[in-house]
Amino acid sequence: MSDSPVTPGSQAPVTPASSAAASGSPASGSPASGPAVEPPSRWRKAFNEIIGGSVMISVLAVVLAIVAGGILIAVTDENVQKAAGYFFARPGDTFAEIWKSVSGAYVALFQGAVFNPKRPEFVDQIKPITETLTFATPLIAAGLGVGLAFRVGMFNIGGRGQMLIAAACAGWVGFTLHLPWGIHLVVAILAGVIGGGIWGGIAGLLKARTGAHEVIVTIMLNYVAFYLVSYLLRTPVLQAPGSNNPKSPPIDATAVLPDLLGPQFNLHLGFIIVIAATVFVWWLLNRSSLGFKFRAVGLNPNAARVAGIDVKNMYVYAMLISGALVGLAGVFQVLGTVTTGFSSGIDAGIGFDAITVALLGRSKPWGIFVAGILFGAFKAGGFAMQASQGIPIDIVLVVQSLIVLFIAAPPLVRAVFRLPDPANPKKPKAPKTPKPAVETREAVAAK
Amino acid sequence: MSDRLPENVTTNGLAGGSGLPPTEHNHPDAAIDAPPTVLVKSWKAPIAFGFFALGAIVLFIVFGRDGDSTFRLSTDSDLIQLPAVVLPTRATGIVLSIVLVVLAAISVWFVATDRKIRVWFMAVFAVVFLIAFLTWASAGQTIPLPGLLIGTVSLSVPLIFGALGGVISERVGVVNVAIEGQLLAGAFVSAVVASVTGNLFVGLLGAVIAGTLVSFVLAAFSIKYLVDQVIVGVVLNVLVTGLTSFLYSQVLTANPDLLNSPPRFDRLPIPLLSEIPIIGPTLFRQTIVVYLMYIAVAVVFYGLFKTKWGLRVRAVGEHPQAADTVGIKVNSTRFWNVLLAGAITGLGGAYFTLGSVGQFNKEMTAGAGYIALAAVIFGRWDPIRATLAALLFGFATNLQYVLGVIGSPVPSEFLLMLPYLITIFAVAGLVGRVRGPAAAGRPYVSA
Amino acid sequence: MKLELRGITKRFGALTANDHIDLTVEPGEIHALLGENGAGKSTLMNVLYGLYQADEGEIVLDEVVQHFAGPGDAMNAGIGMVHQHFMLIPVFTVAENVMLGHEQTGFAGQLDLVAARKVVREISNRFGFHVDPDALVGDLPVGVQQRVEIIKALSRDARVLVFDEPTAVLTPQETDELMAIMRQLKESGTSIVFITHKLREVREVADRITVIRLGKVVGEASPTATNAELASLMVGRAVELTVQKDPAKPGAAALVVDNLSVIDPRGQVVVRDVSFDVKAGEILAIAGVQGNGQTELTEALMGLQDRVTGEITLDGKTLRGLSVRKVLNSGVGFVPEDRKEDGLVGEFTIAENLMLDRADGSPFVKGGGLQLSFLNTFAEEKSKEFDVRSQGIQTEVGRLSGGNQQKVVLARELSRTLRLFVAAQPTRGIDVGSIEFVHKRIVATRDEGIPVIVVSTELDEVVALADRIAVMYRGGIVGIVPGDTPRDVLGLMMAGEVPAGVLPADPEGAAA
Repeated sequence: MSDSPVTPGSQAPVTPASSAAASGSPASGSPASGPAVEPPSRWRKAFNEIIGGSVMISVLAVVLAIVAGGILIAVTDENVQKAAGYFFARPGDTFAEIWKSVSGAYVALFQGAVFNPKRPEFVDQIKPITETLTFATPLIAAGLGVGLAFRVGMFNIGGRGQMLIAAACAGWVGFTLHLPWGIHLVVAILAGVIGGGIWGGIAGLLKARTGAHEVIVTIMLNYVAFYLVSYLLRTPVLQAPGSNNPKSPPIDATAVLPDLLGPQFNLHLGFIIVIAATVFVWWLLNRSSLGFKFRAVGLNPNAARVAGIDVKNMYVYAMLISGALVGLAGVFQVLGTVTTGFSSGIDAGIGFDAITVALLGRSKPWGIFVAGILFGAFKAGGFAMQASQGIPIDIVLVVQSLIVLFIAAPPLVRAVFRLPDPANPKKPKAPKTPKPAVETREAVAAK
Repeated sequence: MSDRLPENVTTNGLAGGSGLPPTEHNHPDAAIDAPPTVLVKSWKAPIAFGFFALGAIVLFIVFGRDGDSTFRLSTDSDLIQLPAVVLPTRATGIVLSIVLVVLAAISVWFVATDRKIRVWFMAVFAVVFLIAFLTWASAGQTIPLPGLLIGTVSLSVPLIFGALGGVISERVGVVNVAIEGQLLAGAFVSAVVASVTGNLFVGLLGAVIAGTLVSFVLAAFSIKYLVDQVIVGVVLNVLVTGLTSFLYSQVLTANPDLLNSPPRFDRLPIPLLSEIPIIGPTLFRQTIVVYLMYIAVAVVFYGLFKTKWGLRVRAVGEHPQAADTVGIKVNSTRFWNVLLAGAITGLGGAYFTLGSVGQFNKEMTAGAGYIALAAVIFGRWDPIRATLAALLFGFATNLQYVLGVIGSPVPSEFLLMLPYLITIFAVAGLVGRVRGPAAAGRPYVSA
Repeated sequence: MKLELRGITKRFGALTANDHIDLTVEPGEIHALLGENGAGKSTLMNVLYGLYQADEGEIVLDEVVQHFAGPGDAMNAGIGMVHQHFMLIPVFTVAENVMLGHEQTGFAGQLDLVAARKVVREISNRFGFHVDPDALVGDLPVGVQQRVEIIKALSRDARVLVFDEPTAVLTPQETDELMAIMRQLKESGTSIVFITHKLREVREVADRITVIRLGKVVGEASPTATNAELASLMVGRAVELTVQKDPAKPGAAALVVDNLSVIDPRGQVVVRDVSFDVKAGEILAIAGVQGNGQTELTEALMGLQDRVTGEITLDGKTLRGLSVRKVLNSGVGFVPEDRKEDGLVGEFTIAENLMLDRADGSPFVKGGGLQLSFLNTFAEEKSKEFDVRSQGIQTEVGRLSGGNQQKVVLARELSRTLRLFVAAQPTRGIDVGSIEFVHKRIVATRDEGIPVIVVSTELDEVVALADRIAVMYRGGIVGIVPGDTPRDVLGLMMAGEVPAGVLPADPEGAAA
């Protein structure tokens, strides 16, 4: 460097576009191309998503979880253990037993969830798939509720409480009011949906007014609801007259969700309702003004507030709707699944399952629909597996939670299957835009 | 508010007309001192006190009960026998209600004169309310005070271990919803290990390892794969529930004598201390796990606030970048301390099987992990306060049993609901401001 | 200690933030690293401090090549850093902050707070800092917090001290004090790297100047170089700091703010008794050092602050107490100072962001449903008009450059019928081309007869745009002066003084 005050080094001519790139912008390096470039088509996008992205990971996660479940089944199988005792004498026996136990289990699962060719009548053969849909019905409804809350940036772990309150409301209407056919069902459903909505809305209201974190509030409300309903089930409000058990009387026939495919199948009207609910949630999130605001709040509440969106109200509305959808699951339980009277276990863990459903469905309405059917199949098949193979239904919980863990960590799944990271070679991670909630050194440097 | 603004403001408002004369002094004192502040009065506490005082009047006076309430202060085996205290129920209720009203009035006066309402004041209020309640509830009956307190400690042990684990984990910046799973895993493994080996201490070690393993998954997914910590926690609880239930049904029930009949810890009275009236039987006639718990509370408190380890843990949880820039490895600090949290919580799990029940049952923790989480928050992420909160929750649960025995006028469900309701009030800010570690829940990514 | 950086290269994907940078800092020298926002200064220093690992090149201290795996290694080698955003833990005391990372312990691992306090007092006394070791850092003013940062670095025996944009949050007076401290440090033999983009400070304190641009060293200069020379070196061409604009033709007062005060959630009075007006067709610039109430003032105008007293009227109708929605509906356009945080939803497309603050009714919403085809046509049109360079309107806004992001915000706000336009830090962190575009649009808006408020901490921008200038200091307005007020006067006012002889301008006179 020379001694003169100013010695400019050699440099390329500066254009606004290149200096934009150097100013640490996220569009680093991608030269500004005019608006003439066609946006990728829908199909192209969908295709890319399947090959490189989330759909592939989802499928692989399911495969991985099923394999893990198989290992668990094999290891705990008595015959496998016996055969393993003389493994070095006759290793073939061990493998044969492993195959027998695992294939037996999953064949039973399939036959219980989709199609059972061993049964004599066609109607009986296809009954499993209708069972799957029956189990899926409340899962989808509750999953939609949890997923909707996710999209607004909230975590609704209160499914259990919302379902219990909804079930109690719908059940009470179902056996106390004696209304004409049609009206009775509608009133009962509405009562449940409103009950669930209010229970969810409490968490939304507390978050909006006092800043109380909805995770804590909804967890706590689960227990409050549980003890409240348990108490009511010991009083004449919900308890069946003349009974000492904490159980309600049966639902009036006028309030029961009618069977869709006749009395030999359990599939009820709820499945149609849940399809409608999925369409509704899709429209709400993607095509409505409210949904636009929901998504804006979920992605960046600060910007939403500055843009004149009442963030607090959005929290309340979202939790109301979320609770109502979860409540719908409670309604399906009392008016569709267990119509002979319910106890405080009526939620059957669906409130928690719904979280896994929403995560597997990536909080998208149709994703949740598919995820709900998959988990419904696990449940239906799980019961069949327990009955025929003696494998406890709890294995379904294990597989289900493993699926969600794997899905949440794509790098893990890619590492297991030795897949390349689609994000890395072509489009480098933008250095200065990490995930919004993540604190990074870069974020600090960028400030 | 404007009348509370300082008068020496040097604002020149042009729209206001002539404007104030410009300030001439050269170096405004300003650079160092903070801007003026306006005190914000919060009427939440007096409102809450008033609410409870009103409740006292309604319950203890309007619905007052007649008869005498007896409090037994000693057990039969005590060396020093204290006489039982007998209170006239209605008169005591009236007197204590008046005391509560007076205390509520004092709180109003405190706030009106800009004084802070201290913790001791709340404690006095709570104790008076509690005595009034116990007196009212035990009209014509006898409450065995030592029994009530011994049971409280017993029920609180797993809560306290869980809360300590929660405090450490959240202080270092990882939200720990997986306490439930850590407790359950600890309970399961300790039962099996202690059964097989016949050694209680090996069983304890097994619980520690089990809790650590659950924590390992939490740490790996939330720190390495940046999965939302709450999601991992919730899913882990489902996973551990499924896994332990599956193994229980599939393996333990097949061979309960070998796998699920662990020995139990005997009570180990501490000489002299155990003979102190009331306190002795409560605190010093317990099992070794309880004594371990005392040590754990003291060590965690000392460690967190007085040692290098604690300073670093808190720094990482409050401001990870700052910790990073002084050479503290944020993610490994988080990783190891989350493991430590799991180890401590695992001990609490062992108490279920080796301390109280004597065998493992499906889902035997029954939400204790969530109560422990509530204790963490209610205790404001402080080990001592969290311990006190856990004791309070244990007390509410045990009170429900005791009142159930003597025929309580209050439905047991409402007492069981109490911890959860209190926590909702706490996070809604009615019991003072609740602020957790600033960076809890947010993953930290380094370059 | 002599510090040498040899051929440091750091890439983030396709972006080369540092391109073979060489830098030598002699012992006891203040070496200024000058460059625009985003030129790569902070990246370079993060490499030096071990926060980033360089892809190529080496760091040499006193002729010994160093390998820093993390900040711990850099500190042990004698490098200290005073970060732009203080790396202090607000709930810890000064002593705890200073000892963190190299704690001394006594029996049973107990922290030796006595020793830590001693260290703080000792260094404080050496430099005349007056810092209480037991004060909670969160309670201290920024100037003092910065001293805590310096104490932190010195307590680790730092021989090379890096100051990263240390004056951004300081008043001119505090800045002067900092300069004095830097000279004092230099005299005690510490080498200093001083990162800044402010020319005045560089010329005042630096012994040598290295200018970097677009990640490359573009030249060295001595402190005797003129502002113009340094500036052109920094941005690569002679900079047109002034904006072409005709004299304002102000109309009647449109926005009138009267005795406005804002109290923040901590109970601090952050804006106090502020009164001013803005006329139709003029630009009122609000100048001041960051953190003197400007942010809160604009937020109060927008209805974003909860505890506001005083009066705000726009065209005779009150704005105070209205929700943000209603303020926007009364025709106020707003460019927030932090566009990523407050102005845009990064995961939304350009089109979605263009309707972000109009999600309630016509023309984007009918019967509760979105009018997507209208939105797309609108977005295509506006992208073209505002020169938003992207792959198309369905591109996520988070993937655009800062300048293009700001154009999206402008396009959204300026395509409504406005009665007032408020732009806070409208050109912060964007490229030169976009700066010119933004400035042109702001002047064009004024020329349509709309009252405009521009809040800026950059004196250059204030002087370039303003018809009148209001200077804020500690929540109050020090004075309102004409747009052609000399910079040194403005600088004094930013320190809270009104120099004798400069009377606050009469509104009528200033407008003329």
